[in-house]
Amino acid sequence: MIPTDNARAQDAGSLLSIKGLKTYFATRAGVVKAVDGVDIELAKGEILGLVGESGSGKSITGFSILGLIDPPGRIVSGSMSYNGKDLTALDEEGWRQLRGGDIAMIFQDPSMTLNPVLRIDAQMIEAMQAHANVGPAQAYARAREVLVMVGIPSPDERLRSYPHELSGGMRQRIAIAIALMNKPGLIIADEPTTALDVSIQGQIIHEIKKLCRQVGTALIWVTHDLAVVAGLADRIAVMYAGRIVELGTAEEIIENPRHPYTKGLIESVPSRSTRGSRLHQIPGMTPSLLNLPQGCAFRERCAYAVSACGDEPLNTVEAGGRTYRCWNPLGGPRP
Amino acid sequence: MLVFIINRLIQAAGAVVVMSMLVFIGLYLIGDPTAMLVSPEANDLERAAVRQAFGLDQPIWMQYLTFVGNAVRGDFGRSFLTGQPAMQLILERMPATIEMVVVAIGFAVLVGVPLGMLAGLRPKAASTKAVMTVSILGFSLPTFWIGLMLIMFFSVYLGLLPASGRGSTVNVAGVSLSVLTPDGWRHLILPALTLGLAKAALIIRVTRAATREVLPMDYIKFARAKGVRPRRVVGVHLLRNILIPIVTVTGLEFGQAVAFAVVTETVFAWPGMGKLLIDSIIILDRPVVVAYLVLMVFFLIMLNLVVDILYMAIDPTAREKVRDQ
Ligand SMILES: Nc1ncnc2c1ncn2[C@@H]1O[C@H](COP(=O)(O)OP(=O)(O)OP(=O)(O)O)[C@@H](O)[C@H]1O
Ligand SMILES: [Mg+2]
Repeated sequence: MIPTDNARAQDAGSLLSIKGLKTYFATRAGVVKAVDGVDIELAKGEILGLVGESGSGKSITGFSILGLIDPPGRIVSGSMSYNGKDLTALDEEGWRQLRGGDIAMIFQDPSMTLNPVLRIDAQMIEAMQAHANVGPAQAYARAREVLVMVGIPSPDERLRSYPHELSGGMRQRIAIAIALMNKPGLIIADEPTTALDVSIQGQIIHEIKKLCRQVGTALIWVTHDLAVVAGLADRIAVMYAGRIVELGTAEEIIENPRHPYTKGLIESVPSRSTRGSRLHQIPGMTPSLLNLPQGCAFRERCAYAVSACGDEPLNTVEAGGRTYRCWNPLGGPRP
Repeated sequence: MLVFIINRLIQAAGAVVVMSMLVFIGLYLIGDPTAMLVSPEANDLERAAVRQAFGLDQPIWMQYLTFVGNAVRGDFGRSFLTGQPAMQLILERMPATIEMVVVAIGFAVLVGVPLGMLAGLRPKAASTKAVMTVSILGFSLPTFWIGLMLIMFFSVYLGLLPASGRGSTVNVAGVSLSVLTPDGWRHLILPALTLGLAKAALIIRVTRAATREVLPMDYIKFARAKGVRPRRVVGVHLLRNILIPIVTVTGLEFGQAVAFAVVTETVFAWPGMGKLLIDSIIILDRPVVVAYLVLMVFFLIMLNLVVDILYMAIDPTAREKVRDQ
C-alpha cells in the first residue's frame, strides 16, 4: 500500500504547489469564474484524481497549470510553483519549456488531438526536439521506445501512419506515448479514456498507473467518474463550481465522504452492490458560473443544507490533511 | 492513381463535346458571320459562293459534324477574319496571358496567405481591421477602375511604369516571355498588380476564415501542450491544415483569371487571349471562339486535376479516397 498523502509529501518532497488559483473568463454575459480559488499540493510520483461534474472547472484547472488559457480567459490570481519554480513568473518561452518537458498533458478525445495531416513520427519527433537538442534519428529512437512502453505492437509501422489510419485506443496510446517522450515529472490526463470502449479504458488506466509508478511520474487524472479514480489515485479532489469541495485519500473519500456532493457522486456510480437497483442522481443542475448563489454553491441541490449554508463554507482541515468545505458535513462510515 | 487520371480525361472529353455543341448553337443563333466575310457591295451570287466556301450553307448539325471531324485531326478551322488557323492564333497569345496571371496569382498568394493568417491569429489587432477593410475594397472595386487608378498614379503621375503593351520579350522554345527581361517586368507589373490585388483580397479572406476555424482545434492546443515552438505550431500544424481551402480557391481563381483576363488585358492593351476572345465574339468569328472555349475547357479540367493532386499531397485522407476508388 502506498503511504498516506502527508507522509508521502514529506518523504518525496513537494512537486506542484497551487494556492488560490482563480481563472476567469470575461464573456459578454459576464465573468465566468471557471476556477475560483483552487489549492493543490502534489508530491513527486503521486496520483491525484480530480473529480467533478461537467463544467466544474477540471479542464480549466489543468490548462491553467500549463499556462494554456486563451482569451477571454485569464489567470486572475493565485500562486503556482513546480519543483520550486514559480510558474506565475514565467515568460512565454519559459511556459513553452515547461509544457511537454516538465509537465505533459493528455486530452480527452484522441480523434482530435493528433494533427490529421502529419504523420505520427513527425508529431512524436517534434515533441522531443522542442525540448532537447537531438537529431531526428535519436528522437525517432525515443519515439519507438515509448511506443513499445505503452504497448503498441510494430511501432515502426505505426510511426509511418497518419492518425486516421489508427483506432481510437491506438491514438490515445500514442498521445500517452507523446506525453512520456521527455520523461516529465507530472502528467495531466484530462479524461483520456472517456471516448474509448470500456475494455480499452481499463487497459489504458492500468498501463498508465504502471508506467507512472515505474518512472515515478506524478499524475493528475481528471474525470467525472469516481469509479475510474477509485482504484487509480492516491488522493482524490472533488471539484464543484470552480472549487475543490473535498480532498482526501482515495479510501477516505470513497468510504467516508464528508461533503454531501461527494456522497451524491458516489451514489451515482454503478457498482456490484447497487446493480439492479435504481441509481441515485444528484438532483438539480450544475449552477451557472455566471451568478453563483451566495454561500455554498451546492446548497440548492443539497439534502443536508442548513441555514448556515447561506454563508461561504470555510475550508475545514482535519488532522491528516483531509479537507472539506461544508457547514454540515457527513460523519461516520457509509452504512 | 492512373485510373483516377484517366477518369478525369474522359470527363474532360465529355465536357468538351457538350461545350462545343452549346457554343456552336449559341453562335448560330446570334447571327450570320457572312456579313463579315464579304464586302458590303457584294451581290447575292458572291455571298452564296462565300457561304458555300465556308460551309455556312450547310444545316447546323452538318456544320458541327464537319467541325468535329476536323477537330479530332487537330484542325479547328481558320479564323474568318484573318484566315490563320484558329488554334494557332490562340496559342500565340496564350503565353502573354498565362505569364501575367501566374505573376498576379503568385503575388496574391505571397501577400494573401501571410496577411490572412495574421488576421486570423490576431482577430482584434488594429492591423487586422485595416487589412480586412482594404480587402473588402480589393474585391468590391471593379478591376478596370483599380487598373486605371494604378495607371494614373504610376504611369501618369510618377511616370515610373509603362501603361500598355508587353515590352521586350525573349523567345524560349517558341514561346515569347516578358518575365525574362527587365523591360518586360516593368510592363508586367501594373497589369499583374491590378489582377493580383483582387485575388489577394479574396485569398486573405479565405485564409483568415480557415485560420480561425483551425485555431480552436484540439490538435493545435495539443501541439502547444507538447511545447512545440509557436513558429512551428503556426508554420506546420496550422498552415498544413488551412492549405486545403487555400489551394482550392487559388486553383479556381487561377483558372478563372486565365480564361477571362479580358478586362485587365483591355485596360493595359496586354496582347493576351482575353482580348482575342472578345474581339472574335463581336465579329462572330466562330472558329476562333469555339477553338478558344475548347482549349479553355481542356485547360480548366487539367487545372482541376493538378489541384486534386495537390490535395493528395496535403491531405492524407484524400489520398485514401483515391486509392479506394
Ligand atoms: N472559452 C471560454 N469562455 C467562457 N467560458 C468558458 C470557456 N472555457 C470554459 N468555460 C467555462 O468554464 C467552466 C469550466 O469548464 P471546464 O472545461 O474546466 O469544465 P470541466 O470540468 O472540464 O467539464 P467537462 O467534464 O465537461 O470537461 C465551464 O462552465 C465553461 O462554461
Ligand atoms: Mg473537461
